Amino acid sequence: MSTTLDRARAVDDGLLGSAHVAACAGFAEFVDRRVVPIADDLHRSQYTPPQVIDELGRRGLLGLPIPAEYGGGGCDAVTLGLLAAELGRGCSSLRSLLTVHTMVAHVLARWGSRAQRETWLPRLASGECVAALALSEPEVGSDATAVRTRVERDGDELVLHGHKKWITYGHVADLLLVVARGPEGPTAVLVERSRPGVRTRLITGMIGIRASMTADVHLDGVRVPADHLLGRPGLGTTQIAGTALDLGRYTVAWGSVGIIAACLGASVAYADTREQFGAPIREHQLVRRLISDMYADYHASRLLCLDAGVRRDRRDPAALPAASLAKYTASTAAVRAASDAVQVHGANGCGSEYPVQRYLGDAKVMEVIEGTTQLHQVGLADHAFHEFGGFK
Amino acid sequence: MSTDIRTRVIGYLSRYFPVSDLADTDDIFKRGFVSSMFAMQLVAFVEQEFAVVVENEDLELDNFRSVAALERFVRGKLSAPVAS
Ligand SMILES: Cc1cc2nc3c(=O)[nH]c(=O)nc-3n(C[C@H](O)[C@H](O)[C@H](O)COP(=O)(O)OP(=O)(O)OC[C@H]3O[C@@H](n4cnc5c(N)ncnc54)[C@H](O)[C@@H]3O)c2cc1C
Repeated sequence: MSTTLDRARAVDDGLLGSAHVAACAGFAEFVDRRVVPIADDLHRSQYTPPQVIDELGRRGLLGLPIPAEYGGGGCDAVTLGLLAAELGRGCSSLRSLLTVHTMVAHVLARWGSRAQRETWLPRLASGECVAALALSEPEVGSDATAVRTRVERDGDELVLHGHKKWITYGHVADLLLVVARGPEGPTAVLVERSRPGVRTRLITGMIGIRASMTADVHLDGVRVPADHLLGRPGLGTTQIAGTALDLGRYTVAWGSVGIIAACLGASVAYADTREQFGAPIREHQLVRRLISDMYADYHASRLLCLDAGVRRDRRDPAALPAASLAKYTASTAAVRAASDAVQVHGANGCGSEYPVQRYLGDAKVMEVIEGTTQLHQVGLADHAFHEFGGFK
Repeated sequence: MSTDIRTRVIGYLSRYFPVSDLADTDDIFKRGFVSSMFAMQLVAFVEQEFAVVVENEDLELDNFRSVAALERFVRGKLSAPVAS
């Protein structure tokens, strides 16, 4: 059984300061003890038990980046990234809970009115209340500006009609941040799950993050007070979803690093013990090649995540494209690593006794959420032309 | 002070697009220089560079659409009384 001290040694790569090393060692210890043992069961049952969410809340993990004045941990971006990586190493579904919950909290902290911050942030910080982001719809994905769900003003109330789809933890979230079309364009509205007219349906049979309680969310004439409007009407995608997705990309990038770490851990252990042709397969050069690629991808992705985190903490505007680069690199690397981890495991990798098939499905999802690989490529190509092509 | 704001704004924009032929009043959105991510970068730049907080009501295109607009906006923010 590894101790927290062993863990601290393992995560101390010479780049992190001692506070980050200590925090990361604590996250790693928690994940090894409380998350890794249940992750396959959550995956198979396609369900997160409420007590697991409660525990993350009680331990202050869901509220870690929420400002301390609202009862959160007030942690910096690097610490949040390290938590996302460790949770992602154990269970991508729980990492996705951290992602969506902190996205909504971040938007509230940044753009919420004083009343909205005071009402919601303490409850999100304690985990008493779980939040989800409801942007996508059956016909609306990458082009989020095209949302069709409608919001109209009726006296002192806002009324919502529409259908949101693929909403992570949407089946259990208490607070939904909904982006709907109003007279000025896409508009963000806070909707409590308890409001009459909110109906959710669990989506099962997903390829990955199968325990993430992903849901269809139907809004049938849902009425909320007008003060539930978040940010500027018409800026629901650029200002509100844009701010949320920037943090989402960042934690998804780190979560992908966690998947690569899990692939490495599983593959190294398996290659050590599995024997073929009279030798452990770790001695076969082509197996070593698979593992060396994973290793290089792990370190390269982690460095890009750290770069994005340090820039975020410095409030460097370049943190935005840095998160996109980190997300693109880490999520595509996670798919390669997970595919190779299945390969190292042979038939055992295809079966359910080993976790690597779970990693493969989870990694693939990382390429779709928070901007697909192609959408990031479109933006990254622009940056490449600016940086290396001069201005034409 | 104001020249300084202008210089810093142009310095930042020059990292992302050609500024040599950009007049102070040219609309950077209309000229196709601004993606949705760059719009957020501009907000972050103004906040970080000039130590101001951009609020919901500041998110008007008219505050961000040109060098002159950004200069005027930042000057206004810096001279506004600090909220308690
Ligand atoms: C497990 C899971 C969880 C999710 N959780 C949430 C959530 O919590 N909240 C939420 O709002 N949404 C969520 N989503 C939805 C997710 O954000 C969308 O799937 C994503 O935005 C992509 O949209 P789409 O699936 O409609 O694909 P589309 O946008 O239809 O794209 C289909 C294909 O076309 C490509 N494509 C599209 N446009 C372009 C272009 N301009 N250039 C090149 N290629 C292009 C895409 O890259 C993709 O390969 C989740 C999805 C999944 C799978």
